[in-house]
Amino acid sequence: MNDYVIPLCYLAAGGLFIVGLKGITQPKTARRGLQAAELGMLFAIVGTLLHKEIIDFTWIIIAFVVGSVIGALMAVFVPMTAMPQRIALSHAFGALAAGLVGTAEYYNHQPEIGAFTMAAITLEVLLGFLTFTGSLMAFGKLHELLPGRPQVYPGQNYVNISVLLVAVGAGVWLVVDPAQTWLFPVIAVLAAAFGVMLIIPIGGADMPTVISLLNSYAGLSAVAMGFALDNKALIIAGALDGSAGFLLSVIMCRAMNRSFTNVLFGAFGQADTSAAAGGAVEERPVRSATTEEAAMLLETARSVIIVPGYGLAVAQAQHRIRELADVLTRNGAEVRFAIHPVAGRMPGHMNVLLAEADVPYDQILDMDEINADFAQTDIALVVGANDVTNPAARTDKNSPIYGMPILDVDAARTVMVVKRGMKAGFAGVENELYFQDKTLMIFGDAKKVAEGLVHDLEATVRA
Amino acid sequence: MSTAIETGLYVFLLATFVGFEVIRRVPPLFHTPLMSLTNAIAGISLVGSLVIAGSDHGVTSTVLGAIAVTASTINVVGGFLITDRMLKMFKPREARKPATAAKVAANGAGTSAVVASEGASR
Repeated sequence: MNDYVIPLCYLAAGGLFIVGLKGITQPKTARRGLQAAELGMLFAIVGTLLHKEIIDFTWIIIAFVVGSVIGALMAVFVPMTAMPQRIALSHAFGALAAGLVGTAEYYNHQPEIGAFTMAAITLEVLLGFLTFTGSLMAFGKLHELLPGRPQVYPGQNYVNISVLLVAVGAGVWLVVDPAQTWLFPVIAVLAAAFGVMLIIPIGGADMPTVISLLNSYAGLSAVAMGFALDNKALIIAGALDGSAGFLLSVIMCRAMNRSFTNVLFGAFGQADTSAAAGGAVEERPVRSATTEEAAMLLETARSVIIVPGYGLAVAQAQHRIRELADVLTRNGAEVRFAIHPVAGRMPGHMNVLLAEADVPYDQILDMDEINADFAQTDIALVVGANDVTNPAARTDKNSPIYGMPILDVDAARTVMVVKRGMKAGFAGVENELYFQDKTLMIFGDAKKVAEGLVHDLEATVRA
Repeated sequence: MSTAIETGLYVFLLATFVGFEVIRRVPPLFHTPLMSLTNAIAGISLVGSLVIAGSDHGVTSTVLGAIAVTASTINVVGGFLITDRMLKMFKPREARKPATAAKVAANGAGTSAVVASEGASR
């Protein structure tokens, strides 16, 4: 009977996963989609437990309980600002599982392994271990356990690629001759080393792309596992994960006007930062304002667009900014939030932070939706964002960010920029926006400035 | 080529296309929950891990399997719970501006109808 039940369980799982992802394309159906995916997972697990190969449940139950407790604790206690780190860690866990299953599969069945299965196992182990260590490195950089700046040395790319090539070469040899057991640990170790080396030269601000890419690799290692075990549900789930990660990394690259190779091998921003930190830049005059002066202008504004950037998340200012939006709305202004695709440390991160601060999602618009509206807006309030508002991306062919799609805040009647100082952004380029006549700089920590603005605006409105 | 491999390749090809088509329509609003959901789904490596942990191939195999089960379970349980926690936070404005709500709902589809409704609402 199980010959029918098990495949049908997997079939249901694969279908429900697709239904689940379809749900998340719309706010209204998102949670129903999640439930469909959960049901799918239940089918997959039940189907697997029926396998007659499983004869002892002791370790399964222990591991399952331990994993559930750790997973639940992480889910409940991780703050939303730390979401990128958590996602990086879960890529690491998923990839570790794939690597270990591949390892066990190999040692349990060698040397009688067909060429195709062997290739699948090799791929699974390669991707699994490189994603495992790569994700741990990404976690370390995001959690600031490791320096976020790109670490580069001469010939780095050649060294990295040679390591990968040797690992792949060893993999090919093993496929040809599965009895060469000594090759297996070599592949695993080289893959793990490559994962570390791949992330070392990548800077903190490229993390949205890197996380998405690691997501894709984790998915592909699951696909390889699916081929090794001839399990279609694994192939479907892995393919969905892989394509999601790939699409997101393409979106991130496009949002920065950079290519994949440039993100992975370019060590962006390295040279420019040192050049721009020279100081001559800060000599030019800017108009700065106090929160009282800014509040007076905001009081008269009928339409305000708030542009949050990573600086807002760093200062944990999202709740204060939402209060400011509330006061402005009560004062009769139309307030909206404009989100650049790479605002934050992972795709969509800023949306989650604003949602956590109770900003209604229909008040949050992405770049393409809102860009045309800046021209009819009284005040654009930029909080902790820099490069994504730099008009040089449109005009200056020599700028390193030329061609990057930006938010057209300079089209608004007045621009207010909340910033800690005149330091250049991640790309190391000075922002022309700050020197325009219509721009007011409000210097200070985003959270403190937002508090000040709320306080002064309430006072102005009452007066 | 054996039938199993061939079917597997077809499944992979089609699932990738379906994945691209569906995920392309996910609005940027939900990119973080999307990633955490696909993470939970990829926790299906649990399927392979369970068989290794429960079958009789010696101690090493069981230990590897048990670690793999733990790691995948963290992803499955944690991934679904945290996606739910995030999705619960996304709330619409009180039904004051249905036009805007509809627009955000349709966002990402990139149809000309969206542009039209956008123009009409302002």
